[in-house]
This record gives sequence, structure tokens and C-alpha cells, in this order.
Amino acid sequence: MAGIEFLSPEGLRVDGRRAHEIRKVQCKMGVFRQADGSAIMEQGNTKVIASVYGPHEVAIRSKSLHDRAVINCQHSVAAFSSGERRARSKSDRRSLEISRMIKETFEAAILTEFAAKSQIDIYVQILQSDGGNMCACINAATLALIDAGIPLRDYVSSCSAGFVEDTPLVDINYLEQGASGPDLSVAILPRSEKVVLFYMDSRMHVDNLERVLQAAVRGCHDVFGIMNRTVREHIEQHVGILDSKDI
Amino acid sequence: RDFKRMEVEDVDVDGEICVGLPRKRQVVVLEHSLHVVTPGDVITTDTGFMRGHGTYVEGETIKASVAGVVERVNKLICVRPVRTRYTGEIGDVVVGRIIEVGQRRWKVDTFSRLDSVLMLSSINLPGGILRRRSAEDELMMRSYFKEGDLISAEVQSVFSDVSLSLHTRSLKYGKLSQGCLVTVAPALVKRRKTHFHNLPCGASLILGNNGYIWIGPLAAEEQPITDASNEEMMETEMVTSHRDHEVIARLRNCVLALADQKLPLYDTTILYTYDASIGHSARDLVKPEVIEEITSHARQL
Repeated sequence: MAGIEFLSPEGLRVDGRRAHEIRKVQCKMGVFRQADGSAIMEQGNTKVIASVYGPHEVAIRSKSLHDRAVINCQHSVAAFSSGERRARSKSDRRSLEISRMIKETFEAAILTEFAAKSQIDIYVQILQSDGGNMCACINAATLALIDAGIPLRDYVSSCSAGFVEDTPLVDINYLEQGASGPDLSVAILPRSEKVVLFYMDSRMHVDNLERVLQAAVRGCHDVFGIMNRTVREHIEQHVGILDSKDI
Repeated sequence: RDFKRMEVEDVDVDGEICVGLPRKRQVVVLEHSLHVVTPGDVITTDTGFMRGHGTYVEGETIKASVAGVVERVNKLICVRPVRTRYTGEIGDVVVGRIIEVGQRRWKVDTFSRLDSVLMLSSINLPGGILRRRSAEDELMMRSYFKEGDLISAEVQSVFSDVSLSLHTRSLKYGKLSQGCLVTVAPALVKRRKTHFHNLPCGASLILGNNGYIWIGPLAAEEQPITDASNEEMMETEMVTSHRDHEVIARLRNCVLALADQKLPLYDTTILYTYDASIGHSARDLVKPEVIEEITSHARQL
């Protein structure tokens, strides 16, 4: 894309952010009454809805595991989510790949021994896509799982990073993704800084990896701070249920 | 910060459309110091404590695995989440839906992690006769309960894999019909001496511990039930009056209003909310400002 200045001489990006700043994050839990847990996550213009059902009885008996829970994830993209309207099937290769990655990410984070023989379903849908889709999906799914009361080892917070003009850019949007530079998506367990997802598109010299990874991890911590605050506010609003004791 | 949303109600009788903006939610200030934790928070590094539900052990520290409030009973630490599936205890009254008819057992959905089981030997045969269940009873299982029926039952025992075994060995339990089921979070229904209530406004209420609430018309005088087919015929012939329907609909909206405000459900709170709602039509009870108004009395309890 000729002519787009991804990093101005003053250090500003196409949307006015600095290299280390993430986009505005807004999130809300408990948006669907029918689902066990649900959440909406907005990172800049990227909007994702996640809903979680479970733990419940495994639909297909043969798939149930006697000592752990089965995690099932479905990812879909709304037809109106990108600039041009394009109906995407739920089973096209890209969707299946992302579903698989989200499922494996959460298999590392969910304490599956606490829900043996049952199944946990995670549904994520992208309503508006403007870069960092998979990261927003993972963040939304984390909030939905917390809303459903499913035991987790820690939050899973995720952020993307790119590399332009020798500077790592945190939380890249759609325009910056098209800059033919690397697009690294990282998901971590914030308190132990363990990496649960590491996915990169395109190519990058290995010498730069350290700085880009550090930038992405810092972005993950920023997103985690916002998610944690949202969860705490949500709990404090629901004090009524937790307060009264049984007789 | 709340997302501002517009609510467009149904068109009124005189053709007016009511558009109500919900009032800005009041910020709830925590009066007492509750220890709020989120997944991954360290609760304690003291090795003298035992871990309970909602926590896990990593090395020597006990960490929270769900988001909720820490409860400490002597040396046991647990975290209660806000919303979770129903975990049964022996003696709980539950309302469930039959999902499957199997060999000498029914599978019942009780909003728990695994489906509950109702054994053929745990039900009351119609007519109150006591006898061993024979092969004919097995073939007649569908005539007692079939898929989709709603039943009220009591938890008899809990299997090692946390699934529940139910029984209906009392005349007050059994198939439910001619009423309305409302689902709320299980944490809103507290354990009490009795879960069956006959409300003075003209309806009967069953508060299932699993969050399934049944609202039905007041039971007619007890009639001796001779056999299964007769019971079925009586159920379908029973016509519920319009007044009963309205009472049930109003009660349903009151229960949903209390659940929306996260207030625990007792027969007293439901009755107060019902009395406060008489001034509004049953349809208006879903509006947020009306919900706040009618639950104000129940909130003070």
C-alpha cells in the first residue's frame, strides 16, 4: 500500500496512537440471559461477541472424557463485519483454524479436571473486524468464561503486534495489518507471564523477535488491567446474590 | 459505563409507541468489606488452609479459579461465583425436564453439569400401589413420563461424578402441567424449610433449588387418581380461567424482575413485588423503570 505513512516522524500512527498504545477497550459481561456466560469485547473498531454454554452433558456420548471436560469452540464472522459484505461459512478453513487455536488456548487455561465428563461450548462471533480479530475473540471468550463461573487458571489476555520502520507497533488495526509486515498475536496468562498462544503471519528477522514479543506482552498486560477492572465491577454489582446465606 | 440503549415497547392500544430510556444504574457501594477475587488471584500463602470450591493450589499458595467472593469457614477457603450451574445436595427440591427415556431410568435436565437420573424404582406408581417394578412397567415408562415433561422431584443421592439421583416418592412431587416455568440463576433460590407455596393471589409456586421456578394455578381439591390414563385425561380437560392466566403471567414477570435486580427469591419477596405491581398492566412489568419501582419494597428485606 504505497503512500500510507504508518509511523509519522513525530511518532504517530495512522489513527493517532503512539507505537506502544493499545486501542480503546470497552467490554461488558452478562449480555445474554440465555447463555451461561457471555461478553462483548470492543478493541477500537473491532467488536466481538462471545457466549459460553456449560459445563453440560456431552452431546455425543462417545466423545466424553472420564477425567476432564471436552472443550468445543466455534468461531464465525458476520457477513457485515468487513468493508465489503461477504457471507462466510462457519466451516471455511480460516474459521476452522481460528476455532482450533482458541480451543487449544483455553484447554491450557481452563481447569478441566473440575468438570469431568462434561462439555464446555464457546461461541465467538466477529461483528466488526478491524484487525486483531483473534485477540479480541480470545479476550471476549475469557470474559464469557468468567461470567459462566467456569474455573480458570488465570485470565487469558491477548494482543497483537507488528513491526514497521524498526519500531514494534502494539495492537495493529486492519490498515497496519496490510503493511506487509509481520503480524504477531500473543496470548498470555498475565500473572505468570506464560505464553499460551503464539501466532505470526508473514516474516520477520529473528533479531527483532524479542522486542516485538515484549511489546505484545506489554499490550496484553494493559488489556488484562481493563478486563480485571470490568470483572471486579461486575462482581460488586452482583453482591446481592452472594451476600445472603442459606438457612 | 453502561451502553445506552433504546427500548421500543409494543405499540400501545391507542397507537402510541412507548420509547423508554433506562435510568442510569445506581452504583452499588459495598457496605461491608467483601473479599472479591478474580481467577488467578492469590488468596493466601498460608499452608494451614484447605482449599474448597472455586480455588486451586499451585505450589504452596491457594489461588482463586473463579470470580467471586471468598468464604472462609475455619480452615476451609472457597470462592463462590456469581453464576454457576446447579450443584445438588441431598434433600433439595428441584424442577426438571425429562430429556430421555432409558432402560429403567429417565434422564432429567436440572441445569446442572451432568444430567440427573430418575430411576424407575424411585417414582410413585399411580394409585399409590407399592409393588416391585416388573418388565411391563419398563415397557410402560413412557406412559408415566415422556420426553419434554416437567416434573418436580427431590434429590435422593449424589453420585461420585456429581450427577444427581432424583425421586418422586411423595404425593407432592410428580408431573407438572397447566402452568409456566421460569428459569433464574440457582444462587437466587435459597434453601428453606418448604419450597411449595400456595400464594393468596391465586397461584401455586414451586421454587426449585436449581433455579427452575414453576408457577401454576391453585390445585383443585384432591381427587383420587385411579390410573395413569385417567390422570392424563383430567389434565388435558382442565381449562384454566383467564383470571388464573393473568395471575400466572404477572407472577412470572415479577419473578423475572426480582432476578433482574439480583434479589433472592422467597415467597415473601415475590408477594411484595406482586402487590406493588397491581397498578401496572402485566405487559408493562418488563420495562426497566417499572422493575425498579416494584422491587423497591422487596429490596428492603
